Amino acid sequence: MRVYFLCFILFVVGLYAILRKRNLIKIIIGTIICEYAVNLFLILIAYRKDGRAPIYSPGQEVKNMVDPLPQALVLTSIVIGLAVTALLVGLAIRIYEKYKTFDITKINQLKG
Amino acid sequence: MLELEFLIIFMILGAIIAIETKDMLSSVVAVGISGLGLSLAFLFLKAPDLAITQLVVEILCLIILIRATLRRDLPFSTSGRWYFNTTVTFVFLGAFLFLSYFILKELPSFGQPLMRVSEFYLNQGKNLTKATNLVTSIILNFRAYDTLGEATVLFTAVIGVLAVVRKIGRK
Repeated sequence: MRVYFLCFILFVVGLYAILRKRNLIKIIIGTIICEYAVNLFLILIAYRKDGRAPIYSPGQEVKNMVDPLPQALVLTSIVIGLAVTALLVGLAIRIYEKYKTFDITKINQLKG
Repeated sequence: MLELEFLIIFMILGAIIAIETKDMLSSVVAVGISGLGLSLAFLFLKAPDLAITQLVVEILCLIILIRATLRRDLPFSTSGRWYFNTTVTFVFLGAFLFLSYFILKELPSFGQPLMRVSEFYLNQGKNLTKATNLVTSIILNFRAYDTLGEATVLFTAVIGVLAVVRKIGRK
């Protein structure tokens, strides 16, 4: 319960950066932090008390393994997060070449 | 799990430093605190595959972000409706946290997950797929269509990056 709440605080820190920062790179950093928080939350839900990693080894009983399903789905989610970050940074670099600034209040010419 | 709580507090501090530092390079490095802390947290939560992946992804992420950084952050400005906007932001974030406190009580408590679907994977996974690592058996056997869809998203993002960044064909 307390761990979940700390995880939400991490999410809110990232959300604050997305909402209130003027620098594009800071906004990208905020999205990265949000993504970390969501991945951490899914894995926290999967944890079982005194559990073991979901890997079979000789002489191990099955009963106390942690939940393997969220781990499998988060594994691909992490890699997709990297690709999305690369896309955001690519767009930011293009915007910098066109406007010579990262300030979102100066980027106001929508026409090509 | 006291060490896990300390680790998450450490990650929150790293995130706050990353957001509030003036120097952009220090800011990008401070994101690494969060990312590598997350890798350690996965290790505490008994997910070694995720810890390895997160470590690699974090370092690549750092390299990509350093490519985009300049030396300084923008100067601090309180122009426009700065106080009003900041107050509204904090009020809504506080409301989000306050309401999440009630919602989190409804979740199964930490350490006792709902495992209705996963019980089948845990009991039958080794017999049906012959893979000793259950995470691998779920990714590549039980949920292979999910993985196919996620690979599609991944390659779409990569094509987007190539289309945005490449120089050939631009005037």
